[in-house]
Amino acid sequence: MRLLNQIVAVTVLNLRNLPKRLGSSLVAILGVAAVVVVFAAVLSMANGFERTLLSAGSDDTAIIMRSGATSELSSGVSAQQVQIIETSPGVLRDGDTALVSAELYVVVDVKKKATNEDANVPFRGVELGAFDVRRNIDIVQGRVFEPGKNEFVVGRAAQQEFVGLDVGETIRFGQTEWTVVGVFEAGGSVAESELWTDVRVLQAAYRRGNSYQSVRVRLESEESLAILEQTLADDPRINVDVVSERAYYASQAEQTTGLIRGLGYPLMILMSIGAVFGALNSMYSSISVRGKEIATLRAIGFGPFAVLVSTVVESTLLALIGGLIGAAAAFIAFNGFQASTLGASFSQVVFDFAVTPDLLMQGLQAALVIGVVGGLFPAIRAARLPVAQALREL
Amino acid sequence: MKYLGLIWHSVWRKKIRTSLTILSVFVAFLLFALLSAVGFAFRGGEDVADAERLIVLEKVSIINPLPSSYQARIQAVPGVEAVTHANWFGGYYQEPRNSQFAQFPVRPYEYFTLYPELQMPEEQLRAWANNREGAVVGSQMAEALGWEVGDRIPITATIFPKTDGSMTWEFDIEGIFASDDPRGVTNFMLFDYEYFDEARAHSRGQVGWYILRVEDGADPVAIANAIDRQFENSPAETDTSTEAAFAASFAAQFGNIALIVSLILGAVFFTLLLVSGNTMSQSVRERISELAVLKTVGFEDSTVLGIVLSESVLIMLLGGLLGLGTGWLLIQSGGLLPGLYLPASTILLALAFMIGAGVLAGLFPALKAMRLSIIDALAVRA
Repeated sequence: MRLLNQIVAVTVLNLRNLPKRLGSSLVAILGVAAVVVVFAAVLSMANGFERTLLSAGSDDTAIIMRSGATSELSSGVSAQQVQIIETSPGVLRDGDTALVSAELYVVVDVKKKATNEDANVPFRGVELGAFDVRRNIDIVQGRVFEPGKNEFVVGRAAQQEFVGLDVGETIRFGQTEWTVVGVFEAGGSVAESELWTDVRVLQAAYRRGNSYQSVRVRLESEESLAILEQTLADDPRINVDVVSERAYYASQAEQTTGLIRGLGYPLMILMSIGAVFGALNSMYSSISVRGKEIATLRAIGFGPFAVLVSTVVESTLLALIGGLIGAAAAFIAFNGFQASTLGASFSQVVFDFAVTPDLLMQGLQAALVIGVVGGLFPAIRAARLPVAQALREL
Repeated sequence: MKYLGLIWHSVWRKKIRTSLTILSVFVAFLLFALLSAVGFAFRGGEDVADAERLIVLEKVSIINPLPSSYQARIQAVPGVEAVTHANWFGGYYQEPRNSQFAQFPVRPYEYFTLYPELQMPEEQLRAWANNREGAVVGSQMAEALGWEVGDRIPITATIFPKTDGSMTWEFDIEGIFASDDPRGVTNFMLFDYEYFDEARAHSRGQVGWYILRVEDGADPVAIANAIDRQFENSPAETDTSTEAAFAASFAAQFGNIALIVSLILGAVFFTLLLVSGNTMSQSVRERISELAVLKTVGFEDSTVLGIVLSESVLIMLLGGLLGLGTGWLLIQSGGLLPGLYLPASTILLALAFMIGAGVLAGLFPALKAMRLSIIDALAVRA
């Protein structure tokens, strides 16, 4: 109990002294804040990208592509194969019509607002049924394209990110002029990075005959995936891969998020080491400034352990303050920040940075570790300070 | 220079503090080196692209093919020295994740004429041209996958099935090429277009893009315009740009990576400046009486200023060079990510940063030291 009293007394004394050592304390605080900001910024990019792709995937929707194709862009499916898929078991039916959407996926050059450079924007040809196969598509401005016309609707994210995609504007791809007639939202998913038009119009514009690249299917249930897969595998007329939409988008997200995380975590470790040096430095100088004070405390009967604990508490507190400042700054500056990059389908994915609570907690944990490590060694030295010698320096 | 001994001693006056400061500078410049190399890789090697080489793409999108009949018409444009074409094959070896190694069907002799920086023994080029199912691979790719000349390897296609419906294409490795530029990327494989075009089930007679070199002294922009005009209003219009411009615009597609890298570097340098500035002002504070003695025995104000500034720059250089050197070693060893490269401009920039940050961090303490009034300073018993 006496020890606890001592610890509290020394720590309080220590903290009340802090304003006098503002300069070096600020260095420690800002060093830790910088670590947390950078960490949260980089990792929020990976989180946001992943969230955008994963939120597009549901387990009871399947994507069917030519066997071996790794993305819609490299796939090809004939009209005859689409018919086979439409009549297969496992496909959800609304009355007589199967909830199936055969789609064409091409890429067009549109300038990015941020760089004013051409970017590969995905241009998807769909049948009107596509709006039923995917559940979360809402037209929020204008209207749906009319089949047979050179019109398209644009995803909310694409409309914000790229030049010239407001409703009513016309845009030329090659020899065809297109009119933007509407904007749609898709729950923040990757579909919002796309332009959608009537698949037949797109087939004609791109001389694709009557061929498609992927078929999206609403399944009767999650378990129907295996049934559909088996049926199509047994059919000699068709050679396709069937994957759930969730699995497809997860594999699309993998490479980019892996790259960002592979960069982000080593970065955090390196910067943390730098911040530990900063914290060590300011704690050592704090002790050298307080040498006489500590010696006096020891001389009047305070134990070395109390001195040790008070120093560690001081540095941990400074690091936590830094961590909180960093977390707040990262959240304010980066959460919701919109960016776009080239995804696995060789086309742009527009996403928002997501500074999640989970990320902030990880950042604060790092701050805590920096604080404890940065305080421990100076604390040991403070505790071992030879009292007589330190007092003589007075 | 004659004060070097004095400066060196002052720097090491407090060994722990100086070591810690040097270590944080070390970390900062290690990060600088690594991030710059990553940033450079993201820019897609636009710096190594050849300005004399033009790339002809389909105008609407890079994914749309061009007819192979364009070759003769491009060759006929005045000022065009040589032209060839390539396709994107988009296959992978064993696992889809090996798809970072690209494959291109090309015309062997023409391709190597247009890319003189690719080095391969003459007999390997001949052997490849004589074997329909032959392929040559870049040294980076061969190394990563453990391939040697003489191996027969299967590549799984994702876009192009063969006429028999099979997705597996087998190739004999006839040669391994390297780039004479250390920054050059050779993680790709080339195989014969003739064979590819005969064996593929669809899109025959279509190529992905054309590559051409202009004659010495010819104007690349005028030639690019002449080519594009020739195909205007045809079903496949073209967009011709220099290889460098193409690489730059392609790299821009990755978007805000460069911004994020500079943001991180900014945060790192800010912290660095704080840490070393703090060290310097503490060091000056502790030595007030010492500096006053120096001035008493006749040191000029400017000399005192110079000494304190030099200390700060020296600390930066010690930590910075160590960090930069370690970063360079890590990048050269290829242990982190293969194919990274540290451009000379980054090294110069880092040196400038070290000196700049050293001066900035030392400036206020040095000015304080310079303006020190001897009487006041000697009166203080620090």
